[in-house]
Amino acid sequence: MASKTLYSQRDPMLKRDCFEDILEERRNSSDLKYALRCYAPVLYKGVTPCKANMLKNIVLQSDQLHYVINQVSQESGEAPDIIQEEASVILEEMAHRLQISTVRCFAFALSKAFKTLFQHVCVNEEGIQRLQQAIQEHPVVLLPSHRSYMDFLLMSYILYTYDLALPVIAAGMDFMGMKFVGEMLRMSGAFFIRRSFGGDKLYWAVFSEYVKTMLRNGFAPIEFFLEGTRSRTCKSLTPKLGLLNIVIEPFFKGEVFDVNLVPVSISYERILEESLYARELLGVPKPKESTSGLLKARRILSEDYGSIHVYFGQPVSVRSLAQGKVNRSTYNLFPRHIPRKPMEETQSFVNDTAYRIVRLQEDNMVLKPWVLMASLLLQNLEGLELSVLTEQTVWLRGLALSYAAFLDWPDQAPTAKVVSSSLALHRGLACVSGDRVSLVVGEPLGPVTPEEALFNRAVSVLSCASYRNQVLHVFLRPAMLAVAMHTAASSKKSEWPGLYNCFSFLWDMFSNDFILCPGDTVQDFEEACYLLVKTGAVQMPQQDIVMTDIGQPTLSFFNGLLEPFLQGYQVVCRYLCEEASEGLTEKQYIPAVRSFAVKLILAGNLRCYEVLSSDMQKNALAALLRMDAVRKVKVADQVTLIVNKMAVNSIDDILGGKLPTQKALLARL
Amino acid sequence: PSLLLLLTLTKLTNCFLFSPRQEIMKWNGWGYSDSKFLFNKKGQAEFTGKRYRLSGMTLPSLQDWFENTFGASVKHKSPPVLNASVVPPPRLNEAFVENLKATGIPFSNEAEDRVFRAHGHCLHEIFALREGKKFERVPDMVVWPNCHNDVVKIVELACKHNVCLIPYGGGTSVTSALECPPEETRCIVSLDTSQMNRILWLDENNLVAHVEAGIIGQDLERLLNESGYCTGHEPDSMEFSSLGGWVATRASGMKKNVYGNIEDLVIHIKAVTPRGVIEKSCQGPRTSTGPDIHHFILGSEGTLGVVTEVTMKIRPIPEYQKYGSVVFPKFEAGVACLREVAKQRCAPASIRLMDNKQFHFGHALKPQVSSIFTHFVEGLKKFYITKLKGFDPHQLVVATLLFEGDRERVLQHEKQVYDIAATFGGLAAGEDNGQRGYLLTFVIAYLRDLGMDYCVVAESFETSVPWDRVLDLCQNVKERIIRECKERGVQFQPLTSCRVTQTYDSGACIYFYFAFNYRGLADPVHTYEQVEHAAREEILANGGSLSHHHGVGKLRKEWMKDSISNVGVGMLKSVKEYVDPENIFGNRNLL
Repeated sequence: MASKTLYSQRDPMLKRDCFEDILEERRNSSDLKYALRCYAPVLYKGVTPCKANMLKNIVLQSDQLHYVINQVSQESGEAPDIIQEEASVILEEMAHRLQISTVRCFAFALSKAFKTLFQHVCVNEEGIQRLQQAIQEHPVVLLPSHRSYMDFLLMSYILYTYDLALPVIAAGMDFMGMKFVGEMLRMSGAFFIRRSFGGDKLYWAVFSEYVKTMLRNGFAPIEFFLEGTRSRTCKSLTPKLGLLNIVIEPFFKGEVFDVNLVPVSISYERILEESLYARELLGVPKPKESTSGLLKARRILSEDYGSIHVYFGQPVSVRSLAQGKVNRSTYNLFPRHIPRKPMEETQSFVNDTAYRIVRLQEDNMVLKPWVLMASLLLQNLEGLELSVLTEQTVWLRGLALSYAAFLDWPDQAPTAKVVSSSLALHRGLACVSGDRVSLVVGEPLGPVTPEEALFNRAVSVLSCASYRNQVLHVFLRPAMLAVAMHTAASSKKSEWPGLYNCFSFLWDMFSNDFILCPGDTVQDFEEACYLLVKTGAVQMPQQDIVMTDIGQPTLSFFNGLLEPFLQGYQVVCRYLCEEASEGLTEKQYIPAVRSFAVKLILAGNLRCYEVLSSDMQKNALAALLRMDAVRKVKVADQVTLIVNKMAVNSIDDILGGKLPTQKALLARL
Repeated sequence: PSLLLLLTLTKLTNCFLFSPRQEIMKWNGWGYSDSKFLFNKKGQAEFTGKRYRLSGMTLPSLQDWFENTFGASVKHKSPPVLNASVVPPPRLNEAFVENLKATGIPFSNEAEDRVFRAHGHCLHEIFALREGKKFERVPDMVVWPNCHNDVVKIVELACKHNVCLIPYGGGTSVTSALECPPEETRCIVSLDTSQMNRILWLDENNLVAHVEAGIIGQDLERLLNESGYCTGHEPDSMEFSSLGGWVATRASGMKKNVYGNIEDLVIHIKAVTPRGVIEKSCQGPRTSTGPDIHHFILGSEGTLGVVTEVTMKIRPIPEYQKYGSVVFPKFEAGVACLREVAKQRCAPASIRLMDNKQFHFGHALKPQVSSIFTHFVEGLKKFYITKLKGFDPHQLVVATLLFEGDRERVLQHEKQVYDIAATFGGLAAGEDNGQRGYLLTFVIAYLRDLGMDYCVVAESFETSVPWDRVLDLCQNVKERIIRECKERGVQFQPLTSCRVTQTYDSGACIYFYFAFNYRGLADPVHTYEQVEHAAREEILANGGSLSHHHGVGKLRKEWMKDSISNVGVGMLKSVKEYVDPENIFGNRNLL
């Protein structure tokens, strides 16, 4: 049943492009000249670029906006003029003011900065050529992965380097707090949107019309982050659909012939925000974006952050994606300028598209050897011998490659060299003492309480996990099957229907933590089987899935890989069953789980530090909510969590391998 | 009279008398045999014959335009095969033939007569004729009723003997409506209405005329003109299409802004169905008597019966007619202007907006200029528009206008329209350009034959769409065509051109031309059909209708359900079920 065709269907472009280092030329020629050089990009169908002010006028005069202004005016009783004025203020606050001079400043400054921070900035030039072609033919939406503040500056920098049209970028309003920098970003093409404007019709109308106007006319490529925010864990985040809906709608309404979505994968060898993220996940709140904060970050400049790889994926045509899935003529009976909630058919299409794009981003993420080493170190928290680590890394490399991971492994260098240079670059995370390699535990400043020591250790575990997480998308499906097999082994059942049930339970459970396209359970299961069979870890005689003699290391590595997630979710379940009080509010949930876990760890009953991550806690809760084991109830201003203890308890048992995943049981949940 | 003469007469009757048009018209192309485009020995295009304004003229720029547009060459000829195709033998229903003979209504089962009525003017039909390909099914015989009562008799006999009837008027269908269903095993009789071509009476008090439905457009107009009247109904096919055909397809005329479309023009329809004759009891100008039964007949495409007589509105011939034209810097500006004209309800008898491609196409049809002076004036005009006014010759578009009425009113009206045009950046560009624009529509089908002589296939199709979607629809359909051609291996850039050809209060009718050079393709017709199919899907996805005036026929049947809903199809089916339970009118159009 594991069919090769299905797997290859998902990823027809396994052959990937080569990279060029764009810093190389920067190191050999004048940055000033580069910043001042002639820049004349080609636009969509040769349109002339639109001045920021003209763009605002088009938006303010659009039928779409007028309709909403009148509607709001009727509802609120305010005169339309006043609402119109409000719209104009919103637009003023939002709109970009792209100026080539600012871009040139950035080009100069970033050249300097990149050269000190990074060894290489590598770009696939074939992707750039495809993009250039796409920009001329269709409105283009750039969808980069989001791991760092650097992302969007980096994107604009690359496009400038290759003489491509500079994108306009949707940025969160928090950036605007940074006085001077905010304006600089605005002038380099950022436009700012409020984080939440749920019920604000006028805001939504201005915002969506602004984006659509730019898209319809092809004035500039639109860029935004599908994940909505920087991923603190380096796992891809569940995509947000708001902006994607906006940029796709003009196609459904026939306002443009097609829209091209270009997934861009930006992989950092070392993330600037590495330990910052770990602290944030542990509950030290994120520092507010401020210019002075940025200056303090100057310390960063003295460190080596390795290389960046930016991979521009194959442009995805919305038209071809929608073929046979969305009937555009359903838009015929409603005036196009009146805002309307997308139909169910459209919603599920957009959702599906978003997931596929994020998976395309994942596919083209470049993985460094360190990522493999981090995965191994996390399974050996007490440390392991350098020679063993080296040997296992080489083994894991083979496994990753046979699973089509996009691994950037230096070809010529001997393995020992690769391992040691990886360790050197990440000396903040791992240290070699004698011939043992272990995770660094944050250096204690004076006397520390057991809690502080624990948090220090947690910081390095979570930092390290952020590297392991980068490889999860490669191993996830077979790993879930491995866990399912492990669970089944205790109940002596290995026929695939039972395994499938278990797999699908895990799939469902983890679908907030990982990118699992809705409705793809069967396909993912088949892919998992196919991959495990392919590497000889399992055999599938008839209805069974049986581990082979050589499969042991693979399967146990996979079990170890997902162990932190299984344990983490179980801790959450246990907390909800054992400790949670009646009126537990949503706000209290995270700190409460955290202190519950801290207690367990200090008592020596738990060795899993990752459960301290607020990300995992949130995802676990989301899964339980989805499975109806927990309900949210709004009381006054507070959202309270109502726990169905029996249901949570049985989920805990299944995760712990104590209960088979029987349909009947799941149905009762 | 001697017996000999009588015999001769009978023979004439069978061969010529009842089909004089057949004798002067091409059997494998459009229009009159004497009129065609060709490239003469000097390599210049000329239009033969004497019937049209262009006839006998040389068109010096047509060859360049043709070669540049299609990447075609006059060296690559693809002339029609001369021997007519093999015709399957007639399947006659002997009893029906016997009974028919007794009525004295003329009929024929000559191969030539049958093939002539086996097709319309779709690309695949004409292509097959030119290539000498065999038609799978053609009518087994042709009958020529002379009046309403003849039709009643034929329909009665057809019902009695279970014979399939396919009404035939002018034969200008472009929807495969005249194609005989290949699965039809009964005897198929083509009912040619051409002998029912009289104006039976004319009522000047009420300004209506009662006309037999077989009359051809240009004859109707000429005959009415003799009495000082006109119908004003001028579809582009009016030289060859018939009144009954207009009714059966919901035709639309160029001057509908003044006179209305066919459904506005008819006052009374008499039609013969297997259930009997359907007609109304009075000629009241409007009635509230339930759903209008005329609307079962209008657009029925020969599936319910034969239209035999129509009472139609007439108007005095307008005192004054004036062509005009306006150039706009861009298509968008032109559309905005037409929209405004429609909004102010001041559209002239005809107003059309041709896109840039069609503008150049029109220009390629300019006859040789006779004097240096004209040449000079033309040059000046061009200089004024492109240099002084800064119009990009690859962007500018032209609207053609036709005003009708009394002189004073026409001039006033003209000013109003030009004033509106000016606010959209339009510049008046003379009567000549306007008139040439309309000429194009009458010779376009002849040009298709020329194209087919040189490996170029071409077709037109139309739709109607709300105003706000006009631009997007034009844009997307053209792009879709270009893409589909590329994907299907068409080696040369296709020509895609459109015009806004009618305006309404809430929308417009868009007319597309689509042509490509098929050299290197194994089955150009199939490729063409795939592209047209994709183009129609694009139209529907962009809010366009399935058809504005060509009809559905068999070509667009597959989209009927989506277009009018299941219930809608059910309603039509139940009417068919009642009126024609035996499917005597078995052309299988529409449903």
